[in-house]
Amino acid sequence: MNPSDRKYSKDHEWAQIVGNEVIVGITDFAQQQLGDIVYVDLPEVGSNLDQSSKLGEVESVKAVSDIFSPVGGKVIEVNQAVIDSPELVNQDPSGSGWLVKLALRDESSDFNSLLTSEEYDELIENEAH
Amino acid sequence: MTSSLNRTALYDTHIKLGGRMVPFAGFEMPVQYNSILEESNAVRTKGGLFDVSHMGRIYISGPDSTSLCDWIQTNKIGNLRIGRARYSLICNENGGIIDDTVTYRLNADRYLLVCNASNRQVIREWLDRWQSEKFPNLTIDDITTETVMIAVQGPYAAPILDELCPETPSKLRFFGSGEGTIDGSKVFYGRTGYTGEDGFEVILEAEKGPSLWNKLVDKGMSSCGLGARDVLRLEAALPLHGSDIDLTTNPIEAGLERFVKLDKDFVGVESLRKQNETGTERKLVGLLSTGRSIPRHDHLIKQNEITIGKITSGGYSPTLDRNIALGYVSRDFTTVDQHLNIDIRGRLTDAVVANLPFYARKKEE
Repeated sequence: MNPSDRKYSKDHEWAQIVGNEVIVGITDFAQQQLGDIVYVDLPEVGSNLDQSSKLGEVESVKAVSDIFSPVGGKVIEVNQAVIDSPELVNQDPSGSGWLVKLALRDESSDFNSLLTSEEYDELIENEAH
Repeated sequence: MTSSLNRTALYDTHIKLGGRMVPFAGFEMPVQYNSILEESNAVRTKGGLFDVSHMGRIYISGPDSTSLCDWIQTNKIGNLRIGRARYSLICNENGGIIDDTVTYRLNADRYLLVCNASNRQVIREWLDRWQSEKFPNLTIDDITTETVMIAVQGPYAAPILDELCPETPSKLRFFGSGEGTIDGSKVFYGRTGYTGEDGFEVILEAEKGPSLWNKLVDKGMSSCGLGARDVLRLEAALPLHGSDIDLTTNPIEAGLERFVKLDKDFVGVESLRKQNETGTERKLVGLLSTGRSIPRHDHLIKQNEITIGKITSGGYSPTLDRNIALGYVSRDFTTVDQHLNIDIRGRLTDAVVANLPFYARKKEE
């Protein structure tokens, strides 16, 4: 079960509003599909991301995967811990393995298009088969 | 997906153990159970199991069997002693590599040929062709589907197999083979593998496979998938047919000259003699890359922004904790320590030509 305190993209990213920031990461399903993650490439602090634009790359032993920003916003922090220890994304994708924090902008429209945790659970249920 | 994929006799065992199945060479095979890196590490430090039942296993028997084997193989088979095995290439007339194989001599005129899963049909057609054209007095018996083959690899492989098998497989030397009994079932084993570690490949009746697998797991061996197998073979610089070698490459440029005996007659020999005299335009080299992005198959190798080659295999090496790759480069750039770039999705990464293999186990004897 994915945490219900945030919303999800169909590309398997999550976005969680905390105060006036949005924390972004990849889902547990995504990290399982990728397998052992060895490299995380994240954007510069200060860059502006549109919703669904490329946020970075996550590379596992098996493959490299583009990460898309589930919502638009300006990058205010990148998680240095996952750059230094990419395996954090495998170990705790919904927590300490977060990727970036964005400045919250235009909360309604971007978030409305994302999936709730129930909808996302259903999506991965179908993808797994 | 309605699939027409084959399953090995170990399919249910993989599912029970949490294997994630992927299509590979027409089979549903486990790519990993839990973690490719943990599985790779288990093989280097303890022991791991691989289902390699998808690989082709073909008996060639009869008065013409030695002549046929020597005709289609680049390596010498006729002087192989009974109970020994040899790695070899099978080439076409142009010297292109149809497959790489291990041939076990079982008797004066009986061999077991082990070939790659994806090439099994091609190899069978190749055998049939040369049987009908040149070597009629033999029989070909493909036992792939009625048997399983389990690769038992790593430092614990020999002691654990010795516990199960009274014939003590550990008395074999590398590339030796023998027969024994495990739990009353007959098994054939060779001291061979594709990981760079000591180990065995064990062939037995298909229905006995799951019980042996579970027994080995109970003894502490880790179930390992194709992902770990690829990591380990790349560290050991063992070529993968379909990636590093194929019909468009020949054994000379692939650095496999020592498995090619140019003083005997075989399919492709003339072309390979010529290549050997003139030298090849390109060579397969090992590369250590400095960036954190992983070089992968088909990435271009560059020097001053000019393309001089292409990566054929690349990956993260857990044993070396850095990224490694194999690739063909133009012969002017093949010296060890040569600096090159790899174009990884538009970004140039520094790399240096390295000695192969990347990893070689320390031999105790």
